[in-house]
Amino acid sequence: MPGQVGAIDNLEKEELKFGFIKLTDMAPLAIAYEKGYFEDEGLYVQIEAQANWKVLLDRVINGELDGAHMLAGQPLGATIGFGTQAHIITAFSMDLNGNGITVANDIWQQMKQHVPMEGGKPVHPIKASALKPVVDQYKSEGKPFNMGMVFPVSTHNYELRYWLAAGGIKPGYYAPPQDISGQINADALLSVTPPPQMPATLEAGTIYGYCVGEPWNQQAVFKGIGVPVVTDYEIWKDNPEKVFGVSKAWADRYPNTHLAVVKALIRAAMWLDADNNKNRPEAVKILSDSAYVGADYDVIANSMTGTFEYEKGDKRPLPDFNVFFRYNATYPYYSDAIWYLTQMRRWGQINEHKPDSWYMEVAKKVYRPDIYMAAAKELIAEGKAKNSDFPADDESGFKPPQGEFIDGIVYDGSKPNEYLAKFAIGLKGKQRVVDGKVVE
Amino acid sequence: MNNQLIKFLNITGLTWFVPVVRICQGDNPQQQIKALWMAIGIPTFAFIIFLLLWNSVAQQIQTSLGTLPGPVAVWTEVDSLMEDHYAEREKEVAFYERQRARNEKKLTQTPDANVKIRPYTGKPTYLDQIVTSLYTVFSGFFLATLVAVPLGILCGMSRVFNTALNPLIQVFKPVSPLAWLPIVTLIVSALYVSNDDSWFEKSFLTSAITVTLCSLWPTLINTAVGVSSIDQDLINVGKVLRLNYSTQIKKIILPSALPYIFTGMRLSLGVGWMVLIAAEMLAQNPGLGKFVWDEFQNGSSHSLGKIMVAVFTIGIIGFILDRIMHALQNVFSFGKAL
Repeated sequence: MPGQVGAIDNLEKEELKFGFIKLTDMAPLAIAYEKGYFEDEGLYVQIEAQANWKVLLDRVINGELDGAHMLAGQPLGATIGFGTQAHIITAFSMDLNGNGITVANDIWQQMKQHVPMEGGKPVHPIKASALKPVVDQYKSEGKPFNMGMVFPVSTHNYELRYWLAAGGIKPGYYAPPQDISGQINADALLSVTPPPQMPATLEAGTIYGYCVGEPWNQQAVFKGIGVPVVTDYEIWKDNPEKVFGVSKAWADRYPNTHLAVVKALIRAAMWLDADNNKNRPEAVKILSDSAYVGADYDVIANSMTGTFEYEKGDKRPLPDFNVFFRYNATYPYYSDAIWYLTQMRRWGQINEHKPDSWYMEVAKKVYRPDIYMAAAKELIAEGKAKNSDFPADDESGFKPPQGEFIDGIVYDGSKPNEYLAKFAIGLKGKQRVVDGKVVE
Repeated sequence: MNNQLIKFLNITGLTWFVPVVRICQGDNPQQQIKALWMAIGIPTFAFIIFLLLWNSVAQQIQTSLGTLPGPVAVWTEVDSLMEDHYAEREKEVAFYERQRARNEKKLTQTPDANVKIRPYTGKPTYLDQIVTSLYTVFSGFFLATLVAVPLGILCGMSRVFNTALNPLIQVFKPVSPLAWLPIVTLIVSALYVSNDDSWFEKSFLTSAITVTLCSLWPTLINTAVGVSSIDQDLINVGKVLRLNYSTQIKKIILPSALPYIFTGMRLSLGVGWMVLIAAEMLAQNPGLGKFVWDEFQNGSSHSLGKIMVAVFTIGIIGFILDRIMHALQNVFSFGKAL
């Protein structure tokens, strides 16, 4: 096919280096490499594990990495200047769901008394209201209740906060630029730990629980050091998780290369979800290689093959724990971006009122469905995908209002301020955090 | 002939084999066997005891990744790392084969197409990491020597210069590599713009410069001491002969100070090797340090064994480096023990 060769000929840059964090949701990168999808597009890609999310973001900004597996909040946070200021964009959403919240064994023992049981097993989803008495106990004894998440603008931070707040536990506010610890008025003190170190930190007793991606919840079960109490699928069904981020400057300089990368990643995601997860065992084998995630096959397989093990021995089917392609998982929806922005606002990372139009603007600046659709069109033209695999051409980028949250609150991406007003805990309207207090 | 061999063995530090040569020579066998027992027998015996102790202690330590690996488990990890290496090399061959085929296809379609052979993109294996670390440590060490020797000579020759530099040396000498690293990283990122064709990776530069900063002090101090303690008579001879400055350095100062300089370099290389592993771990720069950190993060049932393999590798390579420097030191100290 001469047309195909023509496209490959126009690549501005062929040797690329992508970063990732050791988590199962980096799978599209590993698969695109191992299955030769990158090479099919004429790209010679190196994939390199990074120490933590901060290092990864810095390296994308300073150009050591061409792109990376990122937390959905990272391109948004960087673009609006929370933490690091740099214009990062994404044209590819890497997966839905895939996280869990794990607590230490003795915390679980104390929580269990407040969890409804059925047939000897706890009824899921377990709400944070079961944890509240434990946190209150710690508070009355003057002891801090420490929990871990992976990065200030991580999905995990927002999911953990969402779950805690839904159960009446205050996770604390940010007040940038003076206070970016996120612990103002907090019942539970959240701090940053890189994902692969979570089990070790829990084991050391520095934190009593954490929210992290796989396989680091199942690892805690295997090691016998903690119990995953809830998955993010139960906190918000089919929530957006990681994205593939590149700097805006990079994307402007290498548009054809960017397109080729997105094409390869779409094919990898399709492979991961093909025929009811038929390829997942093979994917698990690839991920267990020490160059990728490196955990044992059994640990990774637990969540990647459609199950999830809560308390040791309590393994339940959860076919959508990791979604890579179905339900348009790879399409960068504006409404997903706006949800992250609402949570940044809710917890004070954005410490002033913004009009609804601002949320739209930022989402459109960072999320690039146009690039995604261009890549999809090429795949359809090459016969590698079908029209029906992708959203329609007139996709608005806004999912219909979603109601499947653990607290039942309905999210409509087109009305961010109205959404914020529905929460009992969290900033809303014109509220700001000043000198450690919430003021109107 | 045999005496020369013994001399060679003594200089290179392979003194273990001296009794063997002497036995072949027919020297009093009883005395030599005793020497052999001292040189090889006792260390081997001690090592075996260590392995047995390790084995029995390891079985009793339960970590969250299983029992602590004993010597046998660690040895099997060496095997699996080697297998890994060969498997990766096969993949590399296949990679180049695919690339060649693709280039050919491209050329048949558009004869004037610009084709290039791209380097292999797969993961570095354990052996690759060892090579990277060695290359980095020698680059850093070379840079350190290049800076430290001239500075040391200046310090040794001029009291004023020495007094001026002394506080800086005293302050910077004890700084840990972990403190240098962020500074070096930021400066390298700011000053060094890398692109597709740059000579060095940024990560290589940060590791190497950190090694330089930490390892130049022993060479610098020893050189200064060596130069300042040159026999005053020699200096006076130089003055009488009215040698110019560079001849004085070349003919008198350097030869007399060489034993000291090499002692300093030996210490420097030792420090550099230790610093490098720490720097690689912290900055995630390629090399053995990154290997250790990645395995710690993997938390698989093989991780602990692999980390132990790395510990032994680091130790053995450090030992070999020290032997090499020791041999050089012996060669240049002209029989003077330091």
